[in-house]
Amino acid sequence: MMHFLLLFSRQGKLRLQKWFLPLPERERKKIVKDMTTMVLSRKPRTCNFLHWKDLKIVYKRYASLYFCCALENKDNELLALEILHRYVELLDKYFGNVCELDIIFNFEKAYFILDEFLMGGEIQETSKQSIAKSVEASDMLQETMEEYMSKPAF
Amino acid sequence: MSDVVEKTLTALPALFDSQTGAAKITNRLRQLIKSITELTSKHEEENLIKQELSAMKEQVSSPNTTMKQMREIMVRAMYCEMLGYDASFTYIHAIKLAQQGGVLEKREEENLIKQELSAMKEQVSSPNTTMKQMREIMVRAMYCEMLGYDASFTYIHAIKLAQQGGVLEKRVGTFTPHFHSSPYITSITHAQEIIRRKAVLALYKFYLIAPNQVQHIHAKFRKALCDKDPGVMTSSLHIYLQLIRESPDSYKDLTGSFVTILKQVVGGKLPLDFNYHSVPAPWLQIQLLRILSLLGKEDQSTSELMYEVLDESLRRAEMNHNITYAILYECVKAVYTIHPKAELLEKAARCIGNFVLSPKINLKYLGLKALTYVVQHDAKLALQHQMTIIECLDHSDFTIKRETLELLFRITNAQNVTVIVEKMLDFLRSCNDEHTIIHLVGKVAELAEKFAPDNSWFIQTMNDVFSIGGDLLQQDVPNNFLRLLAEGSESKEEDDQLRLYAVDSYLTVLKGHTSHLPQCFLQVMSWVLGEYAHLQESVDQREVIRLLTQLLDQRSVSSETRVWILSALTKISEGQTDLILDLAESLSSSQDTVLRQQAQELRHLSQESQLHEWALPRGAPWDGIEVDSSLSFLDGFVSEALAAGAAPYKPPHQRQEELCEDRALNLEPYGFSLPVSLSSCSITDRQSPTLLSVSSGLSGNSTELSQKAGCLILEGVKRVWGKDGYLPQKKRSTPPVDEPSAAVQPPGQQEAAERIEPRPDPLTQNQDKQQLASSLFVGLGVGSAMSLLGKSEAPPPRFRKKPHPHESSSSSSSGTSERSSDSSSRSSRNTTNSFLYGSLLEKEPATSISAFDHTPKSTTANGLAQNKDTKEDRRANTSQILGGDMVIVRPSTIQDKHPPSVSSDLTALLPADLKDLPHSDVISLTSDPSLSLSSCRLFRDEALLLVIFISNCTETVIKDVAVQLTCEELKTVSLRGNVVDCLEARSTSVCHYALLMDDPHTNVSFTGTVSYQTQPGHTNTLPFSGTLSTADFIRPLVVTTEEYGKLWLSLSHDVKQNLKLLTDAGDPLRTTLNSLKDALQLHVVDIIGSEGIVACRLLSGAPCLLHCRVNGTALAMWLRSPHPALPDCILYHCQRALAHH
Repeated sequence: MMHFLLLFSRQGKLRLQKWFLPLPERERKKIVKDMTTMVLSRKPRTCNFLHWKDLKIVYKRYASLYFCCALENKDNELLALEILHRYVELLDKYFGNVCELDIIFNFEKAYFILDEFLMGGEIQETSKQSIAKSVEASDMLQETMEEYMSKPAF
Repeated sequence: MSDVVEKTLTALPALFDSQTGAAKITNRLRQLIKSITELTSKHEEENLIKQELSAMKEQVSSPNTTMKQMREIMVRAMYCEMLGYDASFTYIHAIKLAQQGGVLEKREEENLIKQELSAMKEQVSSPNTTMKQMREIMVRAMYCEMLGYDASFTYIHAIKLAQQGGVLEKRVGTFTPHFHSSPYITSITHAQEIIRRKAVLALYKFYLIAPNQVQHIHAKFRKALCDKDPGVMTSSLHIYLQLIRESPDSYKDLTGSFVTILKQVVGGKLPLDFNYHSVPAPWLQIQLLRILSLLGKEDQSTSELMYEVLDESLRRAEMNHNITYAILYECVKAVYTIHPKAELLEKAARCIGNFVLSPKINLKYLGLKALTYVVQHDAKLALQHQMTIIECLDHSDFTIKRETLELLFRITNAQNVTVIVEKMLDFLRSCNDEHTIIHLVGKVAELAEKFAPDNSWFIQTMNDVFSIGGDLLQQDVPNNFLRLLAEGSESKEEDDQLRLYAVDSYLTVLKGHTSHLPQCFLQVMSWVLGEYAHLQESVDQREVIRLLTQLLDQRSVSSETRVWILSALTKISEGQTDLILDLAESLSSSQDTVLRQQAQELRHLSQESQLHEWALPRGAPWDGIEVDSSLSFLDGFVSEALAAGAAPYKPPHQRQEELCEDRALNLEPYGFSLPVSLSSCSITDRQSPTLLSVSSGLSGNSTELSQKAGCLILEGVKRVWGKDGYLPQKKRSTPPVDEPSAAVQPPGQQEAAERIEPRPDPLTQNQDKQQLASSLFVGLGVGSAMSLLGKSEAPPPRFRKKPHPHESSSSSSSGTSERSSDSSSRSSRNTTNSFLYGSLLEKEPATSISAFDHTPKSTTANGLAQNKDTKEDRRANTSQILGGDMVIVRPSTIQDKHPPSVSSDLTALLPADLKDLPHSDVISLTSDPSLSLSSCRLFRDEALLLVIFISNCTETVIKDVAVQLTCEELKTVSLRGNVVDCLEARSTSVCHYALLMDDPHTNVSFTGTVSYQTQPGHTNTLPFSGTLSTADFIRPLVVTTEEYGKLWLSLSHDVKQNLKLLTDAGDPLRTTLNSLKDALQLHVVDIIGSEGIVACRLLSGAPCLLHCRVNGTALAMWLRSPHPALPDCILYHCQRALAHH
């Protein structure tokens, strides 16, 4: 099971965080700090896995953005890399050639996509098509609702 | 509450900004918040909120309110809720809104609820939250749940609340989880796949949180597994993986289905939607492979089902993509986990080659992991990849290096241990991650202990371990090391050599720079020096003392370490009074009380060399120390204090709990008060000695004891606080006795063993690697004794630990005695006359010791003081000296010179705390020419004490008397004195068992044996048996008539019977009841006219109520009890009692 997923820039700025286990705020801050320092200090051409406490950290860099997640000991690291990759593919499909700014300005969309993709730290939907479809559907709903808004309700 | 307000205030602006057009909406809220923060008193705030709420109420019920306004009202309502006011009228509108509204509302609501949830989370975890607040939080949480948000953090509180609280809480507690799972249960059958999928995943999460709450829906899981949508099936596999991990046996029947599913997936039968980079459903495949490996583990028939599909998976996964490697890795693991099949193993091994040889670093990493896994089954596999492993060992990547060392750890044997440990230590020196260090250092210590080629290497490695691991080390590493040194192996000579090496190497370390050494290392060093410095004759003891004193002066040394050092100094200070007095003087003004106390002790001991010798003997068997962790020698004191009205002791955790309970509202109805007896305190926790305590009374193995002629005899003593227990370091410090001649070994052997150190040379690097490889992998291939299936056989560890006294069943009851007598006799006598002395001791008067009696009176009453033996004289002296300012605890002795024939006098032998208990007559159990056994039952409130008197009828000493009692129907909660080392002529020893009866039986019989030795090596056994009746376990239950009435209604099992009425006296009912009371220890609650009520219970357990009514010439008896069998038993005994009358 994935414990958390973090996206941060090369400068260590956090762009997206998803916690699959409840943790107190202070703990989270500490983890984010640990992760950014650990991952950013890795040299090129080293492997994408790290040990941290009793968890395994799998990270991958896409352009200027680091995708980093924590796994339990029995999980498969390569598979986690592919999960990260699939998420990037999904973002790419939605935004069209995704870049860091897309995620900064449309972070809620990034969260939507993630929520369609993962649930409770486990993969929920692997198909690119169906995730794209459901994200699109909710976008449509939002647009029509905005028009409907000003009418009296009760 | 103000912090919540603050939090909201800081959080809200962000919320406004992120929402389109939200600024206008929330103007009123902003106003509200502003005015609230400007208010000064709680009262004003209350008024304001009340106004606000009534305004809101009007608004929501007005039909003209627009959606937007509604939303705004919701926000305000939520805020009021947050402040702790009731705005529950808005809930229903909120739900309406949520159902009608679009995504925007939902999102806004989501944000608000998240706020709400985090506020709640803070509240529930705060200890100051009262029960009432908690209840309110639960209601709010339920509301959030209702809206579909995850408030799972409240479940545990809800459950807690339900356990503690009253009816409302119970409803909340049961409601919340059901509420949570029930929509998912129903949505499992929802038409849309995605919803079914989510429901199954939610149930999985729920299963992880509260497994027993979803037990009733296991059938639904199966339904999900058979779902026509592969996605739902995939989700259900999470649950099954978890279930199978917990109990693989109960799901073996599903193996066939899993195999078919995997076959279909591998065969590409799934829709293309599930492909990932043209690999069919890789996540599903991996999940299935894991499940299969769990199912097939150590199960040949199940494994056979899956060979084919595993083969297929290995074959299909050819494509060069990460995801196929991920599948391959799981496949290889599965092949090596299930029952082996040679052909598959071969294929899997080839696959590992693909990983390890891959240029991609991630694959190499995974290859190393796979290798680490498979070498546990077949160590030879590492041989094929030795060069790669060597390369990885020098890899620049930390993670790869660590993984390689993990692999090397698995293939370590006696031949390559030096090289591997060297590599690990090198890695550790360059590592700065705490977790890695702790992890690896433990492994190094393990390897060193297991495979060390020689002493100097072992000591050197352990030095490295301590200095690198430092204070991060887990405590068991130094503990194990010290135990190994102290207990030693079979050969004394080797042990001493090892100790000598340790002393030498520590002296060298101490002579160098010491300020950087970790505390843990200093502690180890000071202990070893304290114990064994005397072994090294070439070094002046004064030098050792000087070095240790230097350490004491260092600023960096912690106070705990100072205590260690001071203990060491105390041990070696003998005869060096001049050095020590200064030190003791300077430390006796220390801030640290422990240190000060030790300094005092040090001063006393250094002035009294005899006392020193007695308290800190140099060399006594290591395993002979007894520490009474239960502090039973204080029993007398405790019971006196309790009798004087002191509160019984509560352990800290219990106090904590009670404190918590006090804080919370007590919603439980006042319990039915049952009498609590003082003596119930005395039975607590005598069964759990800690590691150090030696349970002496438990078994009587006899071979060892016959050798101990030269012992002071302390029989029947159970877990006595060590005689020297008042000195804290004594727990750890008892070096074995050494013969002076054997103690010192020529130091020349030290050089005999040299370490193999491969030195890197730039010119011949390749050759060097080859050499390293040969040294690393030596012993793996040769002989090829490793079987394919089993793990490689571990060579016998070099340092074989002696079985710890705890594990060994041999009796060590005389440990203390052996130690103390040794200590007093050792210095003045050499071995030959200690043998002589042994026979001398046997003529000493009989001393049979009871563990219960510790009054000073009996100490003086024992025969020791009058004894003119020189040794005893000295002992008396020392105890006088000690009596001055230190309290020495010594078990007292009772001398029993009573002839065993006078059985009625036997009860006089009962320990003081048992004497006052009501008891039955003494009956003879069995006897033979040398021993006679009699027993007596003592009725304690919470147990029956079966006391067995063992009397020696002969004029000679009987040794190793051990009583063993078995009774299937009863539970033995504690026993004392069942092993007696030495029973003197014409004396009696007392042993007792506390028995409990859980299920009533009319009569129970017990059997047992006594084994003893009249001559060494010749064991006699004497069987005995007896019966106990339920009547022995019945105790009066003191209740009032009202309580009786209440209790009567609450009991379920009843029995009615007519009994004989005793009509010989004036008042037949009263007479009958009184005679029953005498026979069965009943409590007559009340007698009203022709009716009488009587109460009793089974020990401190189930009550039984008796209702008696005179019915003509018979007594109609009606019994009720929560226990189904109890009334019958009591009735039986009543009948018997009346019949006998």
